[in-house]
Amino acid sequence: MSLVSRDRLLQMIRKELKQMLRDPRSRRMLFVAPVMQLLMFGYAVNTDVRNAEMFVVDRDRTAQSRQLIDALTASGHFRVTASGERPAELINALDHGRVLIGIEIPAGFSASIDAGRHAEVQLLVDGSRANTANVALGYATQIINRFGLEHRTALLARSGPAPELAGVDFRSRAWYNPNLESRVYNVPAVMGTIMMMMSLLLTSLAVVREREIGTLEQLMVSPLKPAELILGKTLPVAIVAFIQLLLIMAVALFWFGIPFRGSLVVLFAASFCFTLSGLGVGLFISTVSNTQQEAFMSMFFFLLPAIMLSGFMFAIESMPGPLQPITLLNPLRHYLVVVRGVFLKGAGWSILWPEILTLLLFGIVLLALSMKRFRKTSA
Amino acid sequence: MNLSLHRLLAMARKEALHLRRDPRSLGMAFAVPAAMIIFFGYVISFDVNNIRLAVLDGDRSQRSRELVDALLAAGRFSIVQRTDNRHEAERLLDRGSVRMVITIPPGFQKNLAAGEPAPVQALVDGADANTAAIALNYAGSIVSNFSARVTLQASQRSARPVDAASRVWYNETLESSNMIVPGLVAVIMMIIAAMLTALTIAREWERGTMEQLAATPVHRVEVILGKLLPYLGIGLVDVTAAVLIGMVVFDVPFRGNPLLLLGMTTLFLIGTLGLGIFISAAFKSQLLATQTALLATYLPSLILSGLMFDIAGMPLVLRVLSNVVPAKYFIVVLRGIFLKGVGLEVLWAQGVAMIAFAVVGLGLAVLSFRKELA
Repeated sequence: MSLVSRDRLLQMIRKELKQMLRDPRSRRMLFVAPVMQLLMFGYAVNTDVRNAEMFVVDRDRTAQSRQLIDALTASGHFRVTASGERPAELINALDHGRVLIGIEIPAGFSASIDAGRHAEVQLLVDGSRANTANVALGYATQIINRFGLEHRTALLARSGPAPELAGVDFRSRAWYNPNLESRVYNVPAVMGTIMMMMSLLLTSLAVVREREIGTLEQLMVSPLKPAELILGKTLPVAIVAFIQLLLIMAVALFWFGIPFRGSLVVLFAASFCFTLSGLGVGLFISTVSNTQQEAFMSMFFFLLPAIMLSGFMFAIESMPGPLQPITLLNPLRHYLVVVRGVFLKGAGWSILWPEILTLLLFGIVLLALSMKRFRKTSA
Repeated sequence: MNLSLHRLLAMARKEALHLRRDPRSLGMAFAVPAAMIIFFGYVISFDVNNIRLAVLDGDRSQRSRELVDALLAAGRFSIVQRTDNRHEAERLLDRGSVRMVITIPPGFQKNLAAGEPAPVQALVDGADANTAAIALNYAGSIVSNFSARVTLQASQRSARPVDAASRVWYNETLESSNMIVPGLVAVIMMIIAAMLTALTIAREWERGTMEQLAATPVHRVEVILGKLLPYLGIGLVDVTAAVLIGMVVFDVPFRGNPLLLLGMTTLFLIGTLGLGIFISAAFKSQLLATQTALLATYLPSLILSGLMFDIAGMPLVLRVLSNVVPAKYFIVVLRGIFLKGVGLEVLWAQGVAMIAFAVVGLGLAVLSFRKELA
């Protein structure tokens, strides 16, 4: 008798698919939830600062102090949501979290500028929002510097022939993503995390569930071989994951208008290898757990680090040194390189083969491990 | 039927026994949050460091070297390569070996001295838009400071025009972990607490013990509260451990009132645990309940809570939606108590939100729980 009979395998796949898709709630979970997640990520994930709430303490009340405020708001990064007379009011607004940044323009500000003396404004940011505070400070400093330079130039021009102060003209260009839209970078990556989450969720409970309900014994006494059982448990999940991939891709391309510059074949090949490793991990968890709760906790314990160490939201090069090599063991990390490469850079086999090969190896090793483990536990 | 504390406690004891008999799950309920805090505290950082640069210095003058030095002095950038060849630099960017190429064209120093615009170009790998934007922001401020300094030297006026003296409130060093760790406590507890209870009732249904429970003379409020109590204990231990880890491992200052934190945490946990029970009772299947609990808690609390992304910058729909994410309020509470050292005079609105959440969570749990077996 061969290792796998096609007939029995097809039966098992049909049973599993039926079980997964029978319940409308579960159907919704499988096909609506991923799209919702993608939409949420696509719109929410953004670390740029726009329209940050600003508190103004203008003790100068001159045309120039108002010009400075205008320069700050005209940039689109800040909007004035409150103003006051005393610094204590500003602190109070920061305490309540009503504003992100406060600017205090001292009396005599415009007099100093007109006299060519040094003028200083105070910026106060809410450091409990460290990242946003950091970015906001950078913008504000640049705007204030430019403002100062322009006014000095105007002043010198008035007082006669003086050197023009054009200064350094800083121009920037971004490759692959000229408008620096986070979405273009994040949406392809969300595809990877959703596929991982779904294949783990579905498989990690697969075996332990049957054990807990008691139907595993029925499966054991059926003439199914272990290999058929494993394939029968994993292939339907792979099919569902693939449909999810197509669905998410459709949303990414047609709703968000993410550019797709590479080859579909490369993407699908990598996705297949990646799904193998997701299924392998899920199945392994399922076979070592006694209860669904345990399986679930283990899955969760694996999933969060996998997402965090993938380069999805946090650049790997900024992580602490010892963590960086660990990320190489993370299938999601390699898959994200492929997805982003294919979508944004149009990279092909010649650049991405190491990642795809790694994914394939991960998949084979993990699936083999869980099969071995499964035989032992079912014996 | 009147509520009885006795029956409620008996129910709680039963649930605690279940927990004790499954040491692996119990261990994980304690270990997972602590491990997550440590782990994420290290990993999550929006500081962009080690930005790898290639420098194409076509001017090779004193000024151009000063500019490069100014970039390096900030400690954010590291030079991977200096080159004269534009294609070489672009290839480095393509391969991903550098994130940014700074080009200083010939005539840079001459232009500066003559008061003409001296262009400097930064070519950045925009694929990772967030990192790219932050890196550009760093480079932009450094160049603009440099520019202000140099042009004023040229004009023989030593006073700089306008300076921004910036101060960072609550978090003087802008340490990422100070911001992340308190918020993480909220997100992790939201997920863990919902997970803990998401299985309790579904498990009784799946294992068939619901019939026994139905046959016993307990009121549904007693069942729900009894199931909730042991998990509330676990949750409080988890939060205490997380707070201590934050203070000891990550040096996050704790400036506020611990009792206020305890009260708020209890409300938050009751709400979240209740939500978990609601999901569990509504789905009756452990698989569906866990999936729902994960989806309902994980993404919203990670993304819409203001932990990592500023809510003010989001589209209107998401801003509105974020108001029903409990973690959003709890994060404000945690940051307020940890970093700002503020009390109820500031946090009362969040307190009201917590109470509302606890009432809704518990109410949903009680209403959804039916003892009828039909």
